[in-house]
Amino acid sequence: MSNPYAKLPAWAEYGLIPLINLVVAFLVAGLVVLLVGENPLKAAYHMINGAFGRGEYIGFTLYYATTFIFTGLSVAVAFHAGLFNIGSEGQAYIGGIGVALACLWLDKTMPWFIVFPVAMFGSILFGALWAFLPGWLQAKRGSHIVITTIMFNFIASSLMVYLLTRVLKPLGSMAPQTRTFAEGGQLPKLDWLLSIFGLDIGNAPFNISFLLAILAAFGVWVLIWRTKLGYEMRTMGHSPSAARYAGISEPRITIVVMMISGGLAGMMALNPIMGEQFRMQLDFVQGAGFVGIAVALMGRSHPAGIIPAAILFGMLYQGGAEIAFEMPAISRDMIVIIQGLVILFAGALENMFRPAIGRGFASFGQRFPVAAQRGA
Amino acid sequence: MNDIAIELRGIDKSFGLVHANRNINLTVRKGTIHGIIGENGAGKSTLMSILYGFYQADKGEIVVDGKVVTIKDPNAAIASGIGMVHQHFMLVENFTVLENVMLGAEDSQILNTSIAKARVELKRLEKEYALEVDPDALIEELPVGLQQRVEILKALYRRADILILDEPTGVLTPAEADHLFRILGQLKDQGKTIILITHKLREIMAITDEVSVMRRGEMVATRPTAETSVEELAELMVGRRVLLRVDKGEANPGPVKFSVKNLTVRDARGVTMVDNVSFDIRAGEIVGIAGVAGNGQSELLEAISGIRKAVSGSVDLNGTPIDMTGNADPRDLRNRGLAHVPEDRHHVGLVLKFEESENAILGYHHDKRYLNGVFLNIDAIRADAEEKIQKYDIRPPNARLRTANFSGGNQQKIVLAREMERGPDVLIIGQPTRGVDVGAIEFIHKRIIEMRDQGKAVLLVSVELDEIRALSDRILVMFAGRIVGEREPDATEGELGLLMAGVEGRKEAAE
Repeated sequence: MSNPYAKLPAWAEYGLIPLINLVVAFLVAGLVVLLVGENPLKAAYHMINGAFGRGEYIGFTLYYATTFIFTGLSVAVAFHAGLFNIGSEGQAYIGGIGVALACLWLDKTMPWFIVFPVAMFGSILFGALWAFLPGWLQAKRGSHIVITTIMFNFIASSLMVYLLTRVLKPLGSMAPQTRTFAEGGQLPKLDWLLSIFGLDIGNAPFNISFLLAILAAFGVWVLIWRTKLGYEMRTMGHSPSAARYAGISEPRITIVVMMISGGLAGMMALNPIMGEQFRMQLDFVQGAGFVGIAVALMGRSHPAGIIPAAILFGMLYQGGAEIAFEMPAISRDMIVIIQGLVILFAGALENMFRPAIGRGFASFGQRFPVAAQRGA
Repeated sequence: MNDIAIELRGIDKSFGLVHANRNINLTVRKGTIHGIIGENGAGKSTLMSILYGFYQADKGEIVVDGKVVTIKDPNAAIASGIGMVHQHFMLVENFTVLENVMLGAEDSQILNTSIAKARVELKRLEKEYALEVDPDALIEELPVGLQQRVEILKALYRRADILILDEPTGVLTPAEADHLFRILGQLKDQGKTIILITHKLREIMAITDEVSVMRRGEMVATRPTAETSVEELAELMVGRRVLLRVDKGEANPGPVKFSVKNLTVRDARGVTMVDNVSFDIRAGEIVGIAGVAGNGQSELLEAISGIRKAVSGSVDLNGTPIDMTGNADPRDLRNRGLAHVPEDRHHVGLVLKFEESENAILGYHHDKRYLNGVFLNIDAIRADAEEKIQKYDIRPPNARLRTANFSGGNQQKIVLAREMERGPDVLIIGQPTRGVDVGAIEFIHKRIIEMRDQGKAVLLVSVELDEIRALSDRILVMFAGRIVGEREPDATEGELGLLMAGVEGRKEAAE
């Protein structure tokens, strides 16, 4: 009786409900387009065409998706331990320092496949250290992680402005960015991957950090469901009192998980810095840390859900840019509205449609008991 | 002319796929005490929630006083003359008795006149039903028994003719429970109708006129209490014959295995919950701690299992002294041979969202046989879980099923299997059969006695006095954080009851 909603079959739980939430989010977004005085169907066409219409567009979509996989995993790992890390944004930003330092140091002497692992290590180190501080503050001082990570985003932002205007900027340049990296600091594109499907990548910056993101997703799955640390994280996430009973140290898990989460966020910096711009610019994260929250919510914190959710948001970003270009009345902020609606329907209102669906399954089960049994 | 107070006809209620009530028919005669008995999850609470308007039935009718009524919310129930005394009281702690009684039944926005009227009405009710309680006392200052009386007054103040009491004696001492039964008797004599929901067979036999038994969402029988027996009711509840008495041989206590020394524990507010408690447990004996819930038993268990820090004191485990004020870590205590079945299996003993096999290693997940380096050895974990499922007859026998989907009794078996199969030297158990069906109780009691016979030192804490008396070799009584007396298991219920109420204990402690 404690759970008035019956258990749904897995395909409904992980497929149908997110899909319905998404459709409702899009419908409401469509209403907003109507309100602006534009045709939502036309907008939808431009979005889908802009995201998948050509090999180049797909390349851009997957480039954005790569970024969102990293930040989505970062948020999800913390979720599993019951921690709400809103600081992926800042951790990714600081992670960029690690990438930039590695490239500035080695790009002229080493090939990319040497620089890449060093940069990866640097991004993880800097991201993890930036997440360590809020983790430590929560574990030892009881400062709530939601508050501290938000504040650390602002600190990161100010710190980067300082570094990019005073320390990392080449002499004589007026732009707040590092110098452009030589070949060793540039990641190869995945044009061969798209050409397998007969697609031409064009100018899209889709690069091999996408493969690293897929690898990271698998690593997160192993961490959470196949290691002792993951077991302890999940215990704490589901029931802190059971974790205490089991002798799991809450401060230790909090700090370690925040560092893993920060490390994943930091790796995000590889994609724009080494994969697209070949230099570290001001504000290169562009809100990807916050999109990670939506991605983790939509993907139900499971790597297998995060990858499609990240691709979906990659589509929104790439297709949204196309809408803004084709339909000037709609600005890029529309994408932020859709993003907000997805968070609203997939996260906050997750249970809105569940009772009705549960009832539907129950009445279906009464009429066709055998089929329902098998489905469950 | 019409002597039926309430009639339920064909009540049916489902929550999604769970069929909580199936075609329930129930007739309660006016001026009687009608018991409703059944195991946890049998659907008693759902049925009463429908009657009180918390839920709507999918099908069926409710007839009150010969008229078909629709009860869409508790206000409608009150309007139909139905009052409810909840298991967990619905009182505002820092309001007075009077304020609580009139809460939600005020005449107007300006309270002056309603307060005066309420005071007169309350006085009248107190007199009429002999329910004395100071109208100006704050609820938080009243003992539990009196708080419950306020709940009854609240219902009467709203002119309830039919009173539903949900597990009313769970939080009462035996003396308070007796007093409640006398009150219920008087209410009946005044023509009120009472529906008593309980899982305690003895209460049913003591005060009801008729009893209805529920099992798995169905009403399986209704009997006049005089014509039935405890054995028959138990059998109806479970669906098979059950052994109500525990077969227990003589204890052969060995050397002291576990001792608690001068333990003092405070809660988060700084209130002393355990006050300088010391006791020993020998190998091969069960020491029971009796007491009304909330007298420090929970804090005692948490402190000696390392979950809660003590202010002072230590334990001696297998001859090793361990200071409980510092870093007494549950993991360390487990390694030294202490196993703990916690009182609250839903939030502490288990992670309900985990698969059964994952819960079967909770707290022992550092053990090498469940690991390959830093990785979990899933095969070993599942094999181990399967073995325990077999041995403890856990149903359904599926190590991959989510723990929340097991019944209370089977969940408790998961915890017991985990803690007992480790072969600990000391086993501490809190509320071993709370929310557990009768069939599983028998099994759990047998296992606890087996542990004793294997030479383990067992500490048992339970609010069920019958359970303490049936299992323990020695009984310690706790009141207000202290051990106020030690008795043999053959001590009478009255004697223990006085100690639990703090009456005898004060004298003894003073001597």
